Amino acid sequence: MSRRAAERLLRRLGPLAVEQPARGITHTQNGYSNNIVNSRRRFHCVPSSQYPQHGPRTTGAYDVQKSAGKASEVQKRAFGTAATHVPRNPAYAVLNSDDVSYFKSILGDSGVVQDEDRVAVANVDWMGKYRGASQLLLLPKSTTGVSKILSYCNSRRLAVVPQGGNTGLVGGSVPVYDEIRSVSIPCLQVIVSLAGMDKIISFDNVNGILTCEAGCVLENLSTFVENEGFIMPLDLGAKGSCHIGGNVSTNAGGLRFIRYGSLHGNVLGLEVVLANGTVLDMLTTLRKDNTGYDLKHLFIGSEGSLGVVTKISILTPAKLPSTNVAFLSCNDYISCQKLLLAARRNLGEILSAFEFMDHHCIDLAMRHLEGVQNPLPASPYKFYVLIETTGSDESYDKSKLEAFLLRSMEDGLVADGVIAQDISQASNFWRIREGISEASVKVGAVYKYDLSIPVEKLYDIVEEMRSRVGDNADVLGYGHLGDGNLHLNIVSSKYDDNLLAQIEPFVYEWTSAQRGSVSAEHGLGLMKAEKIHYSKSSEAVSAIDGLHQETAGPQFNPKSLQGSTSVCTVLKVPPIILQLNVKGMDLLYQVQISDVSKAFPGSVRKDGTDRRELEEIVRSRS
Amino acid sequence: MKILVAVKRVVDYAVKVRVKPDRTGVETTNVKMSMNPFCEIAVEEALRLREAGAAAEVIAATIGPAQSADTLRTALAMGADRAVHVLHEPDPVRPLLPLAVAKILRAVALQEKPGLVILGKQAIDDDCNQTGQMLAGLLQWPQGTFASKVLLDKEKQKATVEREVDGGLETICLDLPAVITTDLRLNQPRYATLPNIMKAKSKVIKKVTPEDLNVDIRSDMEVIEVTEPPKRKAGVILSSVDELLDKLKNEARVL
Repeated sequence: MSRRAAERLLRRLGPLAVEQPARGITHTQNGYSNNIVNSRRRFHCVPSSQYPQHGPRTTGAYDVQKSAGKASEVQKRAFGTAATHVPRNPAYAVLNSDDVSYFKSILGDSGVVQDEDRVAVANVDWMGKYRGASQLLLLPKSTTGVSKILSYCNSRRLAVVPQGGNTGLVGGSVPVYDEIRSVSIPCLQVIVSLAGMDKIISFDNVNGILTCEAGCVLENLSTFVENEGFIMPLDLGAKGSCHIGGNVSTNAGGLRFIRYGSLHGNVLGLEVVLANGTVLDMLTTLRKDNTGYDLKHLFIGSEGSLGVVTKISILTPAKLPSTNVAFLSCNDYISCQKLLLAARRNLGEILSAFEFMDHHCIDLAMRHLEGVQNPLPASPYKFYVLIETTGSDESYDKSKLEAFLLRSMEDGLVADGVIAQDISQASNFWRIREGISEASVKVGAVYKYDLSIPVEKLYDIVEEMRSRVGDNADVLGYGHLGDGNLHLNIVSSKYDDNLLAQIEPFVYEWTSAQRGSVSAEHGLGLMKAEKIHYSKSSEAVSAIDGLHQETAGPQFNPKSLQGSTSVCTVLKVPPIILQLNVKGMDLLYQVQISDVSKAFPGSVRKDGTDRRELEEIVRSRS
Repeated sequence: MKILVAVKRVVDYAVKVRVKPDRTGVETTNVKMSMNPFCEIAVEEALRLREAGAAAEVIAATIGPAQSADTLRTALAMGADRAVHVLHEPDPVRPLLPLAVAKILRAVALQEKPGLVILGKQAIDDDCNQTGQMLAGLLQWPQGTFASKVLLDKEKQKATVEREVDGGLETICLDLPAVITTDLRLNQPRYATLPNIMKAKSKVIKKVTPEDLNVDIRSDMEVIEVTEPPKRKAGVILSSVDELLDKLKNEARVL
């Protein structure tokens, strides 16, 4: 390709590099094919069927190494049958046998897993949507082990993915990979799983403060504290597999959010290992401590990008003896909303869960879940609501709930309903609600979106999405109505780019227009890393970016990649992918531009890029 | 024809039962109580028979303290027409045994004159499996226990019951009036729907005492102590047959 042609290409691809958070502007308006748009969304793939042999995945371009003095970094990959040498990413090292022996010396042989089957399992996320290519899984048993691993990886520039229960839904817990490239190459990411750190350290059964290691499974913790007369402040469908460390790192919400609030309020202290191996001990069990900045809040919800959580102390509320669950049906969405309002007023302090689902969800659950029957058979109702109350007096609560429901029925808010008469009936109701996610995966392919939208408009997106996808897929809307959180699932028999094009970026733009959040509780991970702009202003993103830069202080010095690449990449402008034929070889350039606005006038980001520099570089390597 | 269903308020099936620290009984304060699962199945069967036209009225009965009225409300919310509550304060030292319960139910049955009495096969708190059989004996009525299928023939006044026995299934034919006890596979109990809960509020619960019924429920048994069973010891893994023989001979002394 001639120099001029390269320049022209660069100019054309320019606007693509700018994330358009503006309302209503779709990428296709730029006039480019869906291919490139999708590749950006997925980060790394430019469909390139002529070149079966691929290079390494593109972690490198997204590293947080400050490109001080460099306007841009160009990651060159070689394709084509002539390429035998895979050029190394200058920022990240490749794992070698010395590294493995060092890890074995710190963790022992059992702590270093290279067995293909086990590593393969750790490489894939729960939904089977994101698949990494890591070849090393580490299982530290103590904070010291984690600290040594991280400081070593930091010095060697090895990329690290912390992994808990691997139940995340946005691909944040697995190494990132480029699906098209399937040649096995030396891995660039090491998976550090905290599954080996599952001890409960202590429990204060007067105040209900639990101190435990990060690898404890949530359900085990629940059973333990329930024995002592307390409950965990969060509860999710994934409780049988998720780790409390992962819950904290992703600020998980869940079914009890409406009653007990977020983890920011319930976590009292953390012990975190930073990227350079420093152990930050903030493991306090004090309810009140106003001495300086409360750093733990940075780590809660950081998705592992600032540090690896190793110990947690969490406040557990008292277990109240009387629980009542009712399963109701409503005719339309307005009734659900009014019911929520009425429940808040009439059930007040005993309300502990308010979930809604539409009839598509129920149908799916009945078809795919075993041992589940619809408590309201033969009902053509459109919406179903599950209400749970938890209180200290059984008869009082029951009569309060019954009175409320009967009145709601008289007012027309509730069309029909059942109240569970014993614990097994109550579990059946919960099984339906918690099993929707599981059932949706069984259909084949599911696109999951987790949105925070004002309650009045919550269901509108579901109906709009239904009209957009038509018969190609089934659209499910369910979620924590009490928190204004919708889980929008689009299920189909297989993953399909056309279907995806119908869904994204429409769903993000719609949510952004309502000033909602594009990720209410699932986090950003890989799936939504680029989408942060839909819900956060560019100033906020720059501030987040600032924390990541080395200049933010030696404490936060993530030379090695912490967390899945995804969160870090949020902070950088997405790269431009250029496919150029240079000297007879087709090369793929991934261009990381740290400074954009000069190159792309009219862009939202104000940092400057020397585009001319970029062209020089491309030219020189042509 | 009327059907009398007896129900019992027990500790909920899903609760992990614990023994009280003073070892006088099982912890029941602040523990979720609900209707015995087999009694739910009994109520469901009675309702189905009424819906099929074989019976006109379903009466629920229970024996227990004031809180047992909740269990009766559940039965009424499922669809029973009215209820009888025999008030009795439980005494942990002298609990109400199946023979006493059978005597009370006999008195109720003689008053209400049902064509069929349905009970759960056993209660999950004592697992006695005696009340139904004793009741049939006291009333001198035929019995069909561990029923997994019930077919009622109204004209001939007969009930065909398929029973679950050790060897398989046994089908017997009973002349009404009879006593039937329900087993797990008989049916799937229905949920209490809101409209039925609303209707249940206006249904009648008749309160009586054992004295009113002229029944002597003095218990001949006294509970002295309740303890948990000893924890199971972990097994020992042996490495060879010789070791096994040695242990069987010297430690277990069975050879």
